Amino acid sequence: MSLINKEIVHKRLIKRMTANRFAKFGFILATSFSLMVLGVLIYRILVEGLHYLSFEFITNFASRIPERAGIWAALLGTLWIMAVTAPVSFILGVGTAIYLEEYAKKNAFTKFIQINIANLAGVPSIVFGLLGLTIFVRLAGLGSSVLAGGLTMSLLILPVIVVASQEAIRTVPREIREASFGMGATKWQTIRRIVFPAALPGILTGTILALSRAVGETAPLLVLGALAYVAFVPENLFSQFTVLPIQLYNWTSRPQEEFHMLAASGIIILMVILLIMNSIAVFIRNKFHKRS
Amino acid sequence: MSKDPINDKSIRSMIQEKKYARSQSAVMEKLAPKIFLICAVISIFTTLGIIFTLLTETFTFFNRVSIVEFLTNTRWFPFTSDKNADYGILALVMGTLTITAIAMVVAIPVGLAAAIYLSEYASAKTRKFIKPILEVLAGVPTIVYGFFALTFVTPLLDKIIPGGISTFNALSPGIVVGIMIIPMIASLSEDAMNAVPNSMREAALALGATRFEVAVTVVLPAALSGVIASFVLGISRAIGETMIVTIAGGSRPTTDINVTESIQTMTAYIVQVSQGDTGYGTTIYYSIYAVGMTLFLFTLMMNLLAQFISRKFREEY
Repeated sequence: MSLINKEIVHKRLIKRMTANRFAKFGFILATSFSLMVLGVLIYRILVEGLHYLSFEFITNFASRIPERAGIWAALLGTLWIMAVTAPVSFILGVGTAIYLEEYAKKNAFTKFIQINIANLAGVPSIVFGLLGLTIFVRLAGLGSSVLAGGLTMSLLILPVIVVASQEAIRTVPREIREASFGMGATKWQTIRRIVFPAALPGILTGTILALSRAVGETAPLLVLGALAYVAFVPENLFSQFTVLPIQLYNWTSRPQEEFHMLAASGIIILMVILLIMNSIAVFIRNKFHKRS
Repeated sequence: MSKDPINDKSIRSMIQEKKYARSQSAVMEKLAPKIFLICAVISIFTTLGIIFTLLTETFTFFNRVSIVEFLTNTRWFPFTSDKNADYGILALVMGTLTITAIAMVVAIPVGLAAAIYLSEYASAKTRKFIKPILEVLAGVPTIVYGFFALTFVTPLLDKIIPGGISTFNALSPGIVVGIMIIPMIASLSEDAMNAVPNSMREAALALGATRFEVAVTVVLPAALSGVIASFVLGISRAIGETMIVTIAGGSRPTTDINVTESIQTMTAYIVQVSQGDTGYGTTIYYSIYAVGMTLFLFTLMMNLLAQFISRKFREEY
């Protein structure tokens, strides 16, 4: 009698191999599910949205008549919001990152800031809307203005920019820092002329990705009281405004099929804007990534 | 003698200039850390601002509506005369939890399976192809997902489900929120599994384990803290998701849950009030802060839990 019953071993082996094969098939299926969804999503939006997509669609104001409706006010509103959000969030975000990486001592306070930023990143965007409504719209008396919206968005994306900038600064090799100090440069000179330029591509990539999130964000601005129906373009920082996602929300929430098609056309524009922003971010990342 | 601009200056003035430049940069040297500290402190003020805002306005709300009613009443019906208004948060919480549960039923298996495939089966080439697509999916604005839920998923479900489904329902936005979260769970779980050293896989393979057995009995347990943390973060995202549920979920807060019928989540209620013509200072106005506070506490708990899990149960190799 042999110690090993070959038949049993063989049977079990086949069972295990089959399990492996089925599992692999399942995993592939799950992975391709996401790809399929993306495909269907894009297909649906193109089918619905191409009908009203035209040059006039971009340059017209919103209208009750679908044929004449456009996104001009929303598009410019989004640009105005970005004109506030981009500089504010960049300066605050990079400043925070430089402080944390270059100046901060390793103490409880620094750790507290770090944990605080991690937690801010997990706060739902609509809560930032409530914050903006109380602090900027009411307490600061800014009203539902471009400035209030832009500042709220800045705080919303701040954690993303801080984390990305910190990572970028951390990848700057220690040697070139030490070389700079060795040449007699001071700390501030080293940060300004050596560390910051070297980390800039990473910082820019992170900032652009964060801004592209802000472009697609709807909820906080809705809570702030951004208008849904706007037939004018913001003139200054204190003008009322709408943004592209809010205009899309307005069209989507109407029952008529025509307005859903308009929403789809607007989504195409929004996605193209995001695609361009993401491509720029990826381009910067790839272009400057090799040196290090 | 030719005119030399440098030598023409007196030594004294050159020293003066140098001193001036030095003092200038010395000022910046001292100022820079302070300026950056102010930037860093703003993030703390943001958190304080959120807590201050929610607390004060919620306090005003609880002056008008008793906290006991808020926590125990099962009806949420504010849009009526003040006497008849019901403010029972449970109805909105149930809506949120329903959406979250449906989303997790979709996102956890699919996300985890995708993560296992990417980290244990896929070749480097396949990964290079799939990961950017997942990134694109993660970057799609929620308003687009909302549109997709209302105009595609709901009609589709209406055809599939015998007896049909309401235009606004819990199932469709729940599924789409799940789809939105898949990339997040997939990429965070994959990161956790990638951190498991290859020597452990090789040891198991050398003992005759199949790839599936390696994935499930070796890699997954080793990466479990990161994987669970990704689930918890996914739950947090689902709780805070706003536009998808606002567009496709409807506005009928209720505690008796039927996924084919309309519901309302906490986030959707806040949007509904901000969209309406509710005046500043009314009870309804303050109620969005009470709801926001509840929402904030829910997500904060989830985020802290995720951090706790990934710190406490991390296996170091």
